[in-house]
Amino acid sequence: MIATESLSKRFPRVTALDRLSVDVGPGVTGLVGANGAGKSTLIKILLGLSPASEGRAEVLGLDVATKGAAIRERVGYMPEHDCLPPDVSATEFVVHMARMSGLPPAAARERTADTLRHVGLYEERYRPIGGYSTGMKQRVKLAQALVHDPQLVFLDEPTNGLDPVGRDDMLGLIRRIHTDFGISVLVTSHLLGELERTCDHVVVIDGGKLLRSSSTTDFTQTTTTLAIEVTDTDEHPDGTRALRDALHARGVELHDEGAGLPGAGHILLLTASGEETYDLVRDVVADLGLGLVRMEQRRHHISEVFKNDTERDEQRKEAVGHGS
Amino acid sequence: MAAEQPLATPAGDQTRIHNIGYRTYDGPRLGRSYATRSLYSQSLRGAYGLGRSVKSKVLPMLLFVVMCVPAAIMVAVAVATKAKDLPVDYTRYAIIMQAVISLYVASQAPQSVSRDLRFKTVPLYFSRPIESADYVRAKFAALASALFILTAAPLLVLYVGALLAKLDFGDQTEGFAQGLVSVALLSLLFAGIGLVIAAVTPRRGFGIAAVIAVLTISYGAVSTLQAIADAQGSGSAVPWIGLFSPITLIDGVQSAFLGATSAYPGGIGPSYAEGVVYVLVVLGLIAAAYGLLLRRYRKVGL
Repeated sequence: MIATESLSKRFPRVTALDRLSVDVGPGVTGLVGANGAGKSTLIKILLGLSPASEGRAEVLGLDVATKGAAIRERVGYMPEHDCLPPDVSATEFVVHMARMSGLPPAAARERTADTLRHVGLYEERYRPIGGYSTGMKQRVKLAQALVHDPQLVFLDEPTNGLDPVGRDDMLGLIRRIHTDFGISVLVTSHLLGELERTCDHVVVIDGGKLLRSSSTTDFTQTTTTLAIEVTDTDEHPDGTRALRDALHARGVELHDEGAGLPGAGHILLLTASGEETYDLVRDVVADLGLGLVRMEQRRHHISEVFKNDTERDEQRKEAVGHGS
Repeated sequence: MAAEQPLATPAGDQTRIHNIGYRTYDGPRLGRSYATRSLYSQSLRGAYGLGRSVKSKVLPMLLFVVMCVPAAIMVAVAVATKAKDLPVDYTRYAIIMQAVISLYVASQAPQSVSRDLRFKTVPLYFSRPIESADYVRAKFAALASALFILTAAPLLVLYVGALLAKLDFGDQTEGFAQGLVSVALLSLLFAGIGLVIAAVTPRRGFGIAAVIAVLTISYGAVSTLQAIADAQGSGSAVPWIGLFSPITLIDGVQSAFLGATSAYPGGIGPSYAEGVVYVLVVLGLIAAAYGLLLRRYRKVGL
């Protein structure tokens, strides 16, 4: 779908992309990076709107430098920021955008009705956009990116500003774009955690450099951290401590990180190595007769990918050191 | 949901909801020039509030009526009194109604471009097949066409009225044609000036104020200076001063080439040679406005 080869973009003051080479196949791909990591710059280059300083990129097999218009006809784009005029209805706006993508008037209307229904906008689509909630606006933005049935969509921070429920809805919708609609997705976020759940593949960039590119199963297997909180009982006045000791006795390694955070004394962090870990924790908690307040996957931030990588590097160095 | 029990409902029951799932689109994709034309027609309709809220239809429609009513009255008077000629020349009409035209430009130029900037809709356009030059072309053409409709409609009323009053067909047709050429130039010039000013600011209010200021202040200053020059006896300076405001420019061009009587103080229009300068300045300004817009939108990316 997308292939870049030592793609660089330099501005007078900063280097936004630094010899980035990635290959993105069909499916849902997450592009993760902190603010300013070069995500938006990459999308701009891939849409053929901004020339690269160096290197080359292809989208759907078309060179971005020469075939920009052809790419933009087959690709959808949902920007990060607000982009909707408040005084028109969603229907009128999306019909107009469909025509701007080259759809004949009748097809534009038909596709608009279909697409708005698929993103979950019904009666409200005839009302002016100004009165919509953030979640509804995000859906309209998504609809205008999908209305011309592209082969690939770029979604720039689609979950920005949404509450947890809206976030989950949006992530579910993104998943469906691929599974039900057959459209490949490149979605950016600065939260690795939420992309892990929706994407087949995750690309992490930082400072314009490729940090990591791997399928999400790799990610979850190596980096899932569980946070566990339990109640205290009469039998075990310090439930957290009791659980820590019991788990330690079963050979489960607990993290010390998180100490110093508020409430850290009541939260245990451990690495889940698979399904067994969840069962083990459940059994241990039940044996002790404690109440399980929470057991959740911690959201990962890019910094953790960094840290994991450096830790592994250090371990490797140590291993090499021992070997010699 | 009943929709999920097709066995219970006999075939042909039309109240059933079918979830037909996602349908792909295999139809034609008409590309860049079609998209540009779509943007043009959408902007032209928008300039009269069509396809927008009722509130935004009020002002342009009102101005359109205000433009046409005097023409209708003139025609009625001419028909009733069996006059030999219309009370006002075709070319003079737009000069008399310049305040209405300025108000229209001031309200609709920001509507056309400032909104896209303000609500950041521009990136959505440029992530589609059209280029920034197509966008500029469509917006410029749309506003110029809207202005042409506004200024040519009353001329059409006058013309039809003149024919009904059985005035001389040859004379009237010539005057009408000259009037159309004049308002076409005026439309391009005013659209260019209005859009360049409006494209600088995402704030509609600023845009409106700036356009009105540029059009009225320049006209006020120029006509005052011309009056002073005329009173001081330096009448030869009058045409040169007229180069500095849009409406006097049009006045100059039409009095030099389109058989109009000048509205300048003392009725001194530019000579033929001065008229050439006027035409060059008008065309230069239109081209400059177009160029500036192109430059402006090359920078507005995603």
